[in-house]
Amino acid sequence: MNVTRGFTGRPRVLNDGLPPGQYDAGDDWPVLSAEVTPDLAPADWTFTVDGLVAEERTWGWDEAHALPPSAYEGDIHCVTSWSKFGVRFGGVSLDAFLDAVRPAPEATHAVAYAHTGYTTNLPLADLTGGRAWIVWEYGDGPLPAEHGGPARLIVPHLYFWKSAKWVAGLRLLDHDEPGFWEQNGYHHRGNPWEEQRYSGD
Amino acid sequence: MPPTRFAVPGRISVPNGTAGTWQRATLTDIRRETSHAATFRFAVPDWAGHVPGQHLMLRLRAADGYVAQRHYSIASPPDDTGHVELTLDHVDGGEVSGWFHTVAKPGDEVEVRGPLSGFFAWPGDRPALLIGAGSGVVPLMSMVRHHRARGLSVPLRLLVSARGPEELIYASEYGAETTPVFTRTAPEGVPVGRVSAAHVATLQADRPEGDWEAYVCGSNGFAEHASRLLVEAGQPVDRIRIERFG
Repeated sequence: MNVTRGFTGRPRVLNDGLPPGQYDAGDDWPVLSAEVTPDLAPADWTFTVDGLVAEERTWGWDEAHALPPSAYEGDIHCVTSWSKFGVRFGGVSLDAFLDAVRPAPEATHAVAYAHTGYTTNLPLADLTGGRAWIVWEYGDGPLPAEHGGPARLIVPHLYFWKSAKWVAGLRLLDHDEPGFWEQNGYHHRGNPWEEQRYSGD
Repeated sequence: MPPTRFAVPGRISVPNGTAGTWQRATLTDIRRETSHAATFRFAVPDWAGHVPGQHLMLRLRAADGYVAQRHYSIASPPDDTGHVELTLDHVDGGEVSGWFHTVAKPGDEVEVRGPLSGFFAWPGDRPALLIGAGSGVVPLMSMVRHHRARGLSVPLRLLVSARGPEELIYASEYGAETTPVFTRTAPEGVPVGRVSAAHVATLQADRPEGDWEAYVCGSNGFAEHASRLLVEAGQPVDRIRIERFG
């Protein structure tokens, strides 16, 4: 591509934590959701893991909070090109939920679904081994509703549309099944370091 | 999936033909809209066409290889063959909008890819209730222009909020379909205030056969406010599409 005449960009500091094509949003945390923010009380929130599992299970708010706490501290990356550094989300590792349901050997993928009806697909390998969480805290406070509170999925090594807000469950499958944005032209996996933004990237 | 109490609106089928390819776009014209916003017209010869409400990704490259890319809503209607228009606010400290507002001139080249995302799209096939604030009116204007250019008879209403008349983007283009709302200063005889339950109630009372499909675009604060008003007025959540600035 040719250089854009007269374009210098803002002053840059070398930041190895910034994936290609991203910029540092600083203190901003833009809200990006396509649907109306649901009026979902913690008491009404549930999280179910079903599909190819030995034992389907649903957790309520208190049951989920009884699992061993785990936090993610690090960076997040949105496909709309902002990244946010050094955030903290508190909740429970997704491994704790998956261990309880015992995934079937043939389970290779999952669809995360939200209380709004939103869906997104993920390889199971992206959800295990301490790489994904169900979280209800942001910083030192509760996760704000517009950012997915009372609880959302976070999969911070992928673009943030994979981190379903208002998460209601995970269905384990033996195949890949594109979710909401993936059917709308976004990449099936969404690795920010490989700039997997859109279908075909 | 199990039945849920909330629902995401259904997807709209849109062409995705050129979304994966960066294309050269040549700036052909700049039109000032307000003191903060201007419209930038581009020739994009291989543009495959878009559905009103879709956006594109635009990128600029500095001499040292640094690249900045941003998502922008498309302002022009689909029938503007080989051209697309973007209306950009001059964001404080914005490196891309700053370049457009202080450096860009006709003949400059940038790169674009798209059209992107079919969720906020309006093909012109269903009654549309459009609510926007500030530059949130941009994708909605693509819909209004499409409605006019095609002479569509399907009902369409636009509620557009601005701080004052001098900050109302596309002010000279609105017709009977539009109700402007001014939050800080208004012309003599026009009330000052934000988009209210009364505005939404008026539009809901005018509900067409098949009901409205609602499209809300603006800052997150505005989007939260307007979408709550719609829900409270009885608009089903699965027929509200939201595009938030982010």
